[in-house]
Amino acid sequence: MARKPITYYLREDKMPHIWCEGCGHGIVLSAVLRAIDSLNLDKNNVCVVSGIGCASRAPGYLDFDTLHTTHGRALAFATGIKMMKPNLDVIVLAGDGDLAAIGGNHLIHAARRNIDITTICFNNSIYGMTSGQYSPMTPTGKMATTAPYGHIEEPFDLCELVFAAGASFVGRGTAYHAAPLSRLIAKAIAQDGFAFVEAVSQCPTYFGRRNKMRNALVMLDWQKEHAVTKKAASRLSPDELEDKFIIGELGTRARPEYTKRYESIIEAATKETDDDV
Amino acid sequence: MGNKTSIRLMQGNEACAEGAVAAGMRFFAGYPITPSTEIAEELAFILPKVGGKFIQMEDEIASISAIIGASLTGAKSMTATSGPGFSLKQESIGFAAIAEVPCVIVNVMRVGPSTGVPTAPSQADVMQARWGTHGDHPVVVLCPTSVAETYTLIVEAFNISERWRIPVIFLMDEVIGHMREKVAIPDPGELNIVNRARPRCKPEDYLPFDADAGDGVVPPMADFGTGYRYHLTGLTHDRTGFPTTKRPEVDALIRRLDSKMDKAKQEVTFVDEVLTEDADIAVFAYGITARAGARAVRDARASGVSAGLLKVKTLWPFPEEHVERIASKVRAIVVPEMNMGQLVREVERASKGKTKVISLTRVDAEPISPQQILSALKEV
Ligand SMILES: Cc1ncc(C[n+]2csc(CCOP(=O)(O)OP(=O)(O)O)c2C)c(N)n1
Ligand code: SF4
Ligand SMILES: [Mg+2]
Repeated sequence: MARKPITYYLREDKMPHIWCEGCGHGIVLSAVLRAIDSLNLDKNNVCVVSGIGCASRAPGYLDFDTLHTTHGRALAFATGIKMMKPNLDVIVLAGDGDLAAIGGNHLIHAARRNIDITTICFNNSIYGMTSGQYSPMTPTGKMATTAPYGHIEEPFDLCELVFAAGASFVGRGTAYHAAPLSRLIAKAIAQDGFAFVEAVSQCPTYFGRRNKMRNALVMLDWQKEHAVTKKAASRLSPDELEDKFIIGELGTRARPEYTKRYESIIEAATKETDDDV
Repeated sequence: MGNKTSIRLMQGNEACAEGAVAAGMRFFAGYPITPSTEIAEELAFILPKVGGKFIQMEDEIASISAIIGASLTGAKSMTATSGPGFSLKQESIGFAAIAEVPCVIVNVMRVGPSTGVPTAPSQADVMQARWGTHGDHPVVVLCPTSVAETYTLIVEAFNISERWRIPVIFLMDEVIGHMREKVAIPDPGELNIVNRARPRCKPEDYLPFDADAGDGVVPPMADFGTGYRYHLTGLTHDRTGFPTTKRPEVDALIRRLDSKMDKAKQEVTFVDEVLTEDADIAVFAYGITARAGARAVRDARASGVSAGLLKVKTLWPFPEEHVERIASKVRAIVVPEMNMGQLVREVERASKGKTKVISLTRVDAEPISPQQILSALKEV
C-alpha cells in the first residue's frame, strides 16, 4: 500500500487553515487524504468540490483541482464535471447543513442517478460557519443559537435517506475512529456509483460549548462512547441502543452508474444518425 | 455534407439549440419551463449525436451549477429557462462572474412577476438580466429580433463568454422562442468560433487568476483534469485563486471583473441602425418589439415622417454611444417595451437631455403592435 506523507496532498503555502482548535473537520479531512493515498489515486485526476461552510473550506488546502461553490450546490457542480470528464475521481466534501438542508434535493437526486461521485458529509450537527444555528442533523433537545429553548425537530438518518434514494454505498464513521473512517472512505471512493459517508465531526466552538461539552476531548469521548459497530449493536438491548449510533459500512449495492448509462444514449443517438444516411 | 447553405423553417427555440451546438456547445443542463422547454427537448435529442451530453436536473439551481462544473472541464455549456427559473439561477450566475467561468444562460421571457402568464411574451427581465445577482459583476446580455438572428447571435453569445470568461445572458421572448421563420443555416466553416484562452505555461507556474498572464483583463483558463491543479471559489480571491479579504486585492478583483464590461463593449455591441441617416425621430427597440418598430418606421416614412430605428441586440453593456449619437440629431426617441419602461431609463440617461424620450409600454401579455408605435411617431 502506498504511503506518502500527508503533506504531499496539501497546499502547504495555504496554511494555516481557518478551523478552530479542536475542530473535527481536520481529522476527517486527513482521513479523506489517507483514503486517497491508500488507493494511490493520481493527483492530476482527482477533483474535489465543496459547498459553503467550515467543512467546505477543506478543498482550498488540497493539491488537486478544487472547487468551492455556492451553499448546498456542490453535488450539482460536481455532476457537470463528472458528466463531461467521467474519468476524474470526483469527491464532494461538505457540511451537514450544506448537504442535508439547502442541498438536500441535490443529495437525493445524485443518489438516485447513481452518478459516480463520492460524498463525505462532515456532520457536526450544527451550522459552524454561521456560529451555531441548528441544522437538519441537530439532535432533538440540543441547544443552538436558533434553538434557545432546546431543539424540537428530529434529525435525519442521512445514511438511510441516501441509500433509500438509490446510492451504491453508504457508511458512517467518526473523527474519533479516524483509521476506520479512512478505510470506509477508501471503500466509498472505490465503489462505482454514488457513495456517501457521514463522518461525525465535532464543533467545540458552537455545538460543544452550548451543549455542556467543554472541549474537543469531551466531544471525541462522546463519539467513542456512542458509536457502535453493527456487530456490537447486535449484542446490545434496545435500551442500551437508545442513545447509540451505528458506524461502519451500512449499505452496498451494485447498480448501473449514470455516466456509463449515458454512453448508451450516445450509442443510440449516433446509431440513428448512421441509419439516417 | 456540402458547402451549400441550407434553408430551413425553424422555431426560435430550435434555432437557439442548433445555433448553440454550432457554436461548439457540448453540455446542456436544464429544467422544463414554458416557453423555453423546446430548447431542452431539442438538445436532449441532438447533443448525444455529436458526442455532447444533456441532463435534466432536479431544478434550475442545479442546472446552472452543473453547467458551470461542466465548463470547468473545458466544455462549452448552456442552460435555458424562463422567468421563475431565471430568478432561481441568479446566485450561481454571480458565481460564474466572480470565478470567471464561461457559460450561456438563455431566458425566454414570459409575463411575471411570479408565475404571471406562463405562455405569453414579455420583456420585463431586462433589468434582472443585468442586475439579478447580488454584487457588482460583469454580464453581457444579448437579445435576438428574429429566428434567423437567434441562430447567429447565440454563436456570438458563446464567443463572448469564452473570450471574456463571463456568463452571457441570452434574452429571448416568447414570440421569438415560439415563432417559426425561414433560417439560412450558415455553413459551419462560415461561423467565427472563439475558444477560451488556455494557459501555455507549465502547471507549476500557473496563476489561475493572474490577468497579466493573459491580456491584462482575462486570465487564461485551464481545464480541470489536465494537471494544473488549481482552486476556484466564489469568495473574493487573489491571483492564486485562494480567498482573500485584503482590501487592495478585493478592490483590484472587483474592478478588474467590472472592467470587462468596458473593455468588451466595442466587440460585443450589436446594434443595427435602420434609416437613421436622415431621421428626425427614432425608435429604440429590441426583441420582437424591434420587428414592430421596423414596420412602424416604414409606415411612418410612407406617410411623410422621417423615422429611423435603432434595432438593439446587445442590451448590456448598454449601447450608450449609439443612443447619444442619435439623440443629438432627432426630435424624439420612442422606446416601446413589453414592460413598464425598463430600458427607457437607460435611453434617457444616454440621451443626456439632448432629445425627448418617450416610453411606450405594454403589459397585457400581448406584443406591441406596429400601429401603437406608428401613432406615437405621428403624435410627437
Ligand atoms: C444561499 C446561502 N444561504 C446561507 C448562507 C450562510 N451560510 C454559510 S455556511 C452555512 C451553514 C454551514 O453549515 P454546515 O454546512 O453544517 O457546515 P459547517 O460550517 O458546520 O462545517 C450557512 C447557513 C450562504 N452562504 N448562502
Ligand atoms: S466553528 Fe466549529 S466547525 Fe467551524 S471551524 Fe470552528 S469548530 Fe470547526
Ligand atoms: Mg455543520
